[in-house]
Formats: sequence, structure tokens, C-alpha cells
Amino acid sequence: MTSYRLGKGGLVDRSTALRFTFDGAPHTGLEGDTLASALLANGVTLMGRSFKYHRPRGPITAGAAEPNALVELREGARKEANTRATMIELHDGLVARSQNNWPSLNFDIGAINSLASSMLVAGFYYKTFMWPKSFWEKIYEPIIRRAAGLGAASKLPDPDKYEKSYAHCGVLVIGSGPAGLMAALAAARQGKRVILADEGSRLGGSLLNEQEEIAGQSGLDWSRSIIAELASMPNVTLMPRTTIIGWFDGNIFGAVERVSDHLRVPDPYEPRQRYWKIHAGRAVLAAGAEERPVAFGGNDVPGVMQASAMRCYVNRYAVAAGRSVAVFGGNDSIYRTARDLKSHGIHVEAIVDSREDSRGDPGGVPVIRGALVADAVGGKAVKSVHLTDGTHINCEAVAMSGGFSPIVNLACQRGKKPVWDAKLLAFLPPDNGEAFTTAGAAAGRMLLSECLADGAAKGAAGGKPIDVPKCRDEAFAIAPLWWVKESHGKAFIDYQNDATARDLPLAAREGYSDVELAKRYTTTGMATDQGKLGNINAIAILAEATGRTMDEVGTTTFRPFYTPVSFGAFAGPFTGHHFQPVRKTPLHDWAEEQGAVFVETGLWMRSSWFPREGEDWLAAAAREVLTTRGAAGICDVSTLGKIDVQGKDAGQFLDKLYCNTFSTLAVGKARYGLMLREDGIVYDDGTTSRLAEDHYVMTTTTANAAKVMAQMEFAHQALFPDLDVTCVSVTEQWAQMAVAGPKSRATLQKLIDDLVMTDETVPYMAALEVTIMHGIPARLFRLSFSGEHAYELAVPADYGSMVARAVCQAGEEFGITPYGVEALSIMRIEKGHVAGGELNGTTTAGDLGLGKMVSARKDFIGRMMAQREGLTDPNRQQVTGIRPVDPSHRIRAGAHLLKQGDKPSMANDQGYITGVAWSPMLNMWVGLALLANGRARHGEIVQAWDGLRGHSVLAQICDPVHFDKENRRLHA
Amino acid sequence: MLIPCPHCGTRPVEEFTFLGDAAPTRPTTSDPSSMEAWYEYVYLRNNPRGPIDEYAHHSGGCRAWLVVQRNTETHEVFGAVTARDFSKAKDAKA
Repeated sequence: MTSYRLGKGGLVDRSTALRFTFDGAPHTGLEGDTLASALLANGVTLMGRSFKYHRPRGPITAGAAEPNALVELREGARKEANTRATMIELHDGLVARSQNNWPSLNFDIGAINSLASSMLVAGFYYKTFMWPKSFWEKIYEPIIRRAAGLGAASKLPDPDKYEKSYAHCGVLVIGSGPAGLMAALAAARQGKRVILADEGSRLGGSLLNEQEEIAGQSGLDWSRSIIAELASMPNVTLMPRTTIIGWFDGNIFGAVERVSDHLRVPDPYEPRQRYWKIHAGRAVLAAGAEERPVAFGGNDVPGVMQASAMRCYVNRYAVAAGRSVAVFGGNDSIYRTARDLKSHGIHVEAIVDSREDSRGDPGGVPVIRGALVADAVGGKAVKSVHLTDGTHINCEAVAMSGGFSPIVNLACQRGKKPVWDAKLLAFLPPDNGEAFTTAGAAAGRMLLSECLADGAAKGAAGGKPIDVPKCRDEAFAIAPLWWVKESHGKAFIDYQNDATARDLPLAAREGYSDVELAKRYTTTGMATDQGKLGNINAIAILAEATGRTMDEVGTTTFRPFYTPVSFGAFAGPFTGHHFQPVRKTPLHDWAEEQGAVFVETGLWMRSSWFPREGEDWLAAAAREVLTTRGAAGICDVSTLGKIDVQGKDAGQFLDKLYCNTFSTLAVGKARYGLMLREDGIVYDDGTTSRLAEDHYVMTTTTANAAKVMAQMEFAHQALFPDLDVTCVSVTEQWAQMAVAGPKSRATLQKLIDDLVMTDETVPYMAALEVTIMHGIPARLFRLSFSGEHAYELAVPADYGSMVARAVCQAGEEFGITPYGVEALSIMRIEKGHVAGGELNGTTTAGDLGLGKMVSARKDFIGRMMAQREGLTDPNRQQVTGIRPVDPSHRIRAGAHLLKQGDKPSMANDQGYITGVAWSPMLNMWVGLALLANGRARHGEIVQAWDGLRGHSVLAQICDPVHFDKENRRLHA
Repeated sequence: MLIPCPHCGTRPVEEFTFLGDAAPTRPTTSDPSSMEAWYEYVYLRNNPRGPIDEYAHHSGGCRAWLVVQRNTETHEVFGAVTARDFSKAKDAKA
């Protein structure tokens, strides 16, 4: 054991020595230690470097608010940056490294920033690196980022598991100190389902850290008996190592349980962390109070810490922060600090009480009243303090207490602001009603007896009360103590961000006196501790600088999360392949057998092309087109949205949805439909077939399937509730394949039962219910997206792959080929069919050349707004065909169209190319474009200017139908 | 936030898709003189602080469109009815 580990006491197990390394140096600690306490026990007080000035820093707290002792924990794939040494439970084999220093923690070149610190005041970066503008992104920012860094994340995938879970309870108690334990007990004895959550590794809260006396025993022993009783009750769930990070609508709480962070490697089948959503009937916040620092010079030198943290280190971890200590503050807790330290044999040099008239019992320690610590002196460790009265005190550590701030964060996360109490010198939680109450020190109850009574009352919430045990109270009296202006050295407000007390009056002078602006200008409160320690000092300094009260300045907004949360906890198990579901079509197996290359479209895996040996995507797609147009091809179109519409008013309902008419469609026929949004813009398209008088099957585009379904449900339920109709998505229930090409009929004929396929029995746009392959129910549509004589065949999903194989077998004699979405896209551009590039949320039916479809004789969604002047302007961009003037040139999608000789500019922009394909039929690149007044400009030569790829080609505007304008092949 | 679905009982908000203010009523006429009413229906929305009736689709549940009454300031949910009942009640009033 080292000289800083006390010979006895503490909640550490002296029989186990845990080995760990910090920056490669080996150390040992004890079971029950945190990394911070173990390092302090080993005499290591220097644990990190600050953000801007690279100042040497040690822990200033013993808990969650720690801004200084941030370390990189573990190695390799498990490395985690910016973990708080004060929260890390020590385990055997722990590896930690300091961060934000180069070349080493002890000798950090960046500390030179401190010498230039008169330049590096608040707003320095904003002011200095404004000019020249182009330098910011490439030069200034990367250098500043490198110099002012936190830890580095591992670039390897996280090997550990994370879980998400739900919990429900009648009463959630947050914090397991005296108030929290009483609240949990009172609620539990009423039979309520209680969850007691605490961020610490052990329950007990402040009772683990302090020397208290409750019910005639030590506070610690009392807490053990209460925890034992709670643990024995079946209606109580105890959740240590669980931080409640947010309070959300409906009294739902977010919580992170650190299941395995205290282990080197999680146990098998255990997650590292578990994210909880807790639905609570009501909640009691008993999070205690955070001690705030005093802004004096050198209040960041390793060895200066919260008085309460120093008590925690001696009482709980049996670790002395220094062999001799000066205690400084403006409230009575400094006397208990001196007493606790003395009881552990630590020499207290002096108590420095800012108040003249205080009456605390120093217990034999010299007291200097009415003086202030102006500066702590020392580089990497405290050597002495200088007082405002000229006294010098040599010491190794300084315990400071500026007062106590109730931890109201959760209580303020849903919009309410905390309320200033001038007597307690603290912001108290707002009234949030009965579903969320605050108890104990978090509610400004600064005496132990008040905490116990308040906890009992808030836990019982008007129900059966429980007995409140008697206890010994410590004195509480407080005077304001925010900033020692006599200081020479830097007095830090936000430690991690190196924001100093002087930055705040500067911000006010420069016009940033609003607390939210001052925060952003000085970066006070923007570090990972989110201002838990020093924000209140900042408010007080701003108040004084601007002649306002604390209320008038107010606090910045409290937002989730209470402490930093790892991405892993939010991601849970939804990573890699589990990030989103994969949708495979019923023909997926068949496509795989055929060697398909798949492309993700939304969640779907669609077969994109079917390469043969030596073929790239373009060669494969071109061959698929030539074979389909020359003989036959089969394509999986199962991803199209399929919606079954039935009912007496089905036709009338479809008339409302589509701009064209479906109530007049003959049974056994299909029709192309165009759907508008209510604002008159085209929404979706697809074919709809009438299978019976009261039965339609409609199709949507793949991309809009879910949205159109929701829109139909809205139209039916909210807009036209009197129509007798039902619609159901049947996308998953049917496999659908396009069979196209001059030999498509001959191919399908082999499979169809009892039907001789002719132009009379299966005319163009026929939609028939048939059976195939001796009884498999099927739907046969004579539809064509390719422009060929073509069919779509739909069968129940489970038959999909089998039927597709049968089609391939039937077409084998004709040389049938499977084709993918690449070939499909080539053929649709050859034929000038519009798709996603043109149905882009800005085009009207008229823009697409489909204006004639719009009915003037009925009401439908979008009818009125489509008539607006701006949507009928002849100069709107309209769909046209486009092809390069020189057939050896390539045009590209996205290229903008300019009149010949015009310079590229927004004013000269005439439109752009929406889709391009290599046409194997025409042996050139052809495309579709949106061009101002395009239909009147067929034949015109324009520049296709591609600024992104840096080239420009001459192209000719033409009819969108590039191939087989007369549609001879369709009817062949 | 919890939504009391008339079909499914109280369900978490994640199961719902919100569309917005349910106050505007789709005009029943296509007369050119009604253009102003159509414009208001399509584009104009109040943004009240306090109670609002909002369309919500139980897209991860029974797929009913609901009208949820919610306080925009506190996110308190007062209740929910089906959009069908809401529309019919509105028609009856008109």
C-alpha cells in the first residue's frame, strides 16, 4: 500500500489486490475502488489535460459530474474514449490511458497555449479564424480540432452486445441516498411496484460517502438494513449502476444500465449495457445535490477538489487526496470536512471560512474567518495556497465548497425552469405535479432529518405514512461565494472547456449577456459534464456583471441526457444486418439460382442484372434487353405495391384517388392510373385491374407502396367515410413476374390451364383470373412496361420461385432470359415511360405528357389545386426525350440543359436530364429530360452541361419515345 | 407518450404516424369560386399553443386513422377518436 491509502476504514476489500495500468505504468488497487480512487491511492493526481490550455488536471469530483479525469478505457475494439475515472469501477487487468496530450501526460507541448492565453479568451476562435473564409474548413479547423481534442474512439467494430428493454412500475425512485431509500420504502410498503435506480455501483448514495448517524447506528448500517428490506420485497426492483438519463412524455424515463462495464469482458450472453424505457405511474427524484466549486486562481491544480469529494475519498475509499489539506468555503460543511479528514488522521492545515461571523466548530483546526483563497499554487500538484489576507498555507490538497446545487436536471427536462431560492442560494426544482416529485437535497432539503422526512412523505404520496428515524444533523448555513476576484491565476468555471470567470464579464461586455448566448460564446456548460459544477457560478458572475438577479439571468435549458450515453446503448442490437429488415421477394430463390446481382431498393433486394461469364453490368443488361426484345424475358416485379380494393363503392373510391376514371373500367380489364396529391402534383402511378364488379386490384410503384396504402386509408376513413369499400395490402401475398417479348405468349401458353391465348381471349390490357400448371390460381395481365408484347403473371407468393422456374423451362426453346431492373430501366427509357426520376414530387400530369388523363367530370384528390396558374404554365419543365447529337457521345443523368452558347447559371438553366440508358436497340445513349416548354422544342439542339463531372455535350431534344414509336411490338 | 387507441387500447407513440392538424375540412365543391377555400384547406394550418386535434395513423397497429387530442405545450394526451367518427361528427355539425 502506498502512503495515500489509509491504514483502515473505507468500503474497499483489502484482501484483493487488483492490477491495472494507467498510461502503461502498472498499479494496484482494491476491490471497491474507482479508477480515480485507485490512482489517488497510488499517488497519481495528474489524470488528464484540459481542452484548450492543456492544463494538468486531476479529479475534482468523486462522481458523475467529473469534468477533468477523462480517460480512454480498455484497448483495441473495446477502447472507449472520454470515460470518467470517477465512475469507472476498478477491475483486475483494467487498462486506461490519459488523453488530449502529446507527447505525454507529464510533458504536453499543447500547454504552451497557456502562455498565449491572453489571446485565447472567449470568442477567440470565432474572431481570429474568420478570414480568409476559405481557410476555415481546410486549414484552421483541422488544426484546432487536433489541438483541442478529447479521446479517440476505437475504429474497430464494437465486439460487445447491447440490449433494449422495457419496464413498468407504479413508482420510480431515482437515487438511493437517505431520501430515495425512504421514498422507496414508503411506496413499497404500500404494495406499489417500485423501481429504485441509482447510477452508483452500490446503493446508498451519500450514505456511502459520509459519516452520518441514523436510528442510533451509522448511516451506512441503516442504509444496509433498508436496502435489505427492499430487496426482500417481491414488488421492489433494485437497479444499481443505472443512470436515469431522461424524462419524456407520458412519464417515460430513459435509463442506461451498465451491466458489464465493471468487468474486463462481459460474461457470456450478457450485454455491456442495457437501455431501459421505464413507464412510471409516478416518479420521485432524489438525486441529491452537487457541490459547486469556487472560482479562485488555480482552482484546477491537481489536488483541488470538491470538499464532498474529498470526504468521499477518505470515508468510502480510504484514500487521502493529500497528506495535508486546506479547507475553503462559505458554508458550514467545511467544518464537517475538516472533522472527517482529521478522524482519518489527515492533517488539516487550516479552515478558510469566507464568512466573518460563522460559528462552526473547527474541532481544534485553525480557522481563518473572513478571508478567501485567492490562488492555489503548483503545477501538477498543489504546493500551497495564498489567501486574500496575505497568508500562505503549505498543503498538498485543497477542499473547496461554494455551496450546493440541487440536481434538478431531470425535473427540468420537459420545459419547466428551476426556481431560485435566495436563502438556500440554489435553484430548486419546479412544480411538476404529482406524477413527478422531488425529494431530499434535490428539493433543497439540506439537513439529513429533512431528507429522511421528505423522502418518506414523497414516497407515501398521501398514502399510509411510515416512521421517520431520528438522526444527527450537520449544521447548514451558507453565504454567497462564487468568484474570488483578487485571484492572480486563472479561475475556472467550466473545467473541461477551460472557460474562466473572466470570460463571462467579457461575454456580457460584447453583448452576449443572455445566459444562452453567454454559454455559447464562452463554451461554459458545453462540456461533457454539461455545466453540472460551475454553471451556477457563471450565472452569478453574469448577474453581477449585468446588474441582474439570479432569477433574471436564469439557467440554460436542461435537456436529456443527464450524463453522456454511448451510441451502443441507443443502437442496442440493431446493428449490421439487424439495422433494418431485409425484404426478399417470393422470386428471390429463383433469382439467386439464375445468378442475379441484387440491389437494395428501400428494404427490398431486387435482382439488378444476371451476368454471364465475362459480362459487366452494362453488357449483361444490354444482352437481357436484346434477348427480351428478340425472343422473351422474365423479370421479377413482385416489389410493386399491390392493394386489394373491394366493396360496393370500390370504383367510386378509386375515382377519388386517381385523376382518371376507374368506375367505368370493364370487368376483366386493366387501366393505367395516375394519382395526384391534394396540391395537384403527381404522387404515384400504376395499373389497376377490375376482377369483378366490386373487386379491383391496384398496383403502386415500389417506392411509394407503403405511403399510398396509408394515403388510401386516410382518404377512406377521414375524407370519404361514407363509401362502402375496404382496402388491404397484398404485396406480400402475391409473386408477380413480367414475361415479355415476341415469344412471351408461346411461353405462357404452355403453363395456362384451359385457355387458348389469342388477342381475342387475352387482349391488350386484359386482366384475368386463371389457373396454371394444373390448378395453381393465378392472375394474368396483358401489360407492358417494356413496350413488347408482354404479360404479367401473379401467383400466390409461395408458388413464386417454382412458377418462375417453370416459365424459364417453358421459354427455354425460345432462349428466354431472366432480366433485372437495369434492363427494365433501359427498356422503359427506350419507350419513354416515366418513373421515379420524373415522378419526383415537382411534376404535374401535364409536365409528364399525361394531361389528357385528367378527368374534368368528377371530384378527385388534387383536382382543384392542379388547375392553378403556376401548374398549368406552358413554360413549365416538361418531359422530353434527349439524345447526343454525335451518337458516340455519352449524355449523363443530372446534366443541366442550356441553350447553345449560354453560360451555366441559374438564370440560364432550362432543365435537366432525369434518366439515361445505353440503348442496345439504337446503339447510343438515350435519355429523358425535364425541359422548359419541352414538348414544343423537339428537334432543338441544347448543351447538356455536367458541372459535376466537368463536361458538356451537344444533345438533341426529341420525342420521349425513342424506340418503336408506333407501338407495333406491343400489339404484335 | 401514450395514445389511447379506440381499437387497441393504450399504445406507445412509436406505433403511430402523425399527419397534423385535423381542423381543416376538405371542401365539397369544385366550383372555381371555391379556390380560396381549397387553398386554405391544403396550405393553411394554425399552430396553437395548447390543445389541438391531430390526425394520427396507427400504422404499427390496427391501421386506423385517429384524431388525437394533445396539448402542444405539455404533450398531454386527452383522448383519441377514430377519424371516421371525427369526420362524421364534423359533418353533422356543418
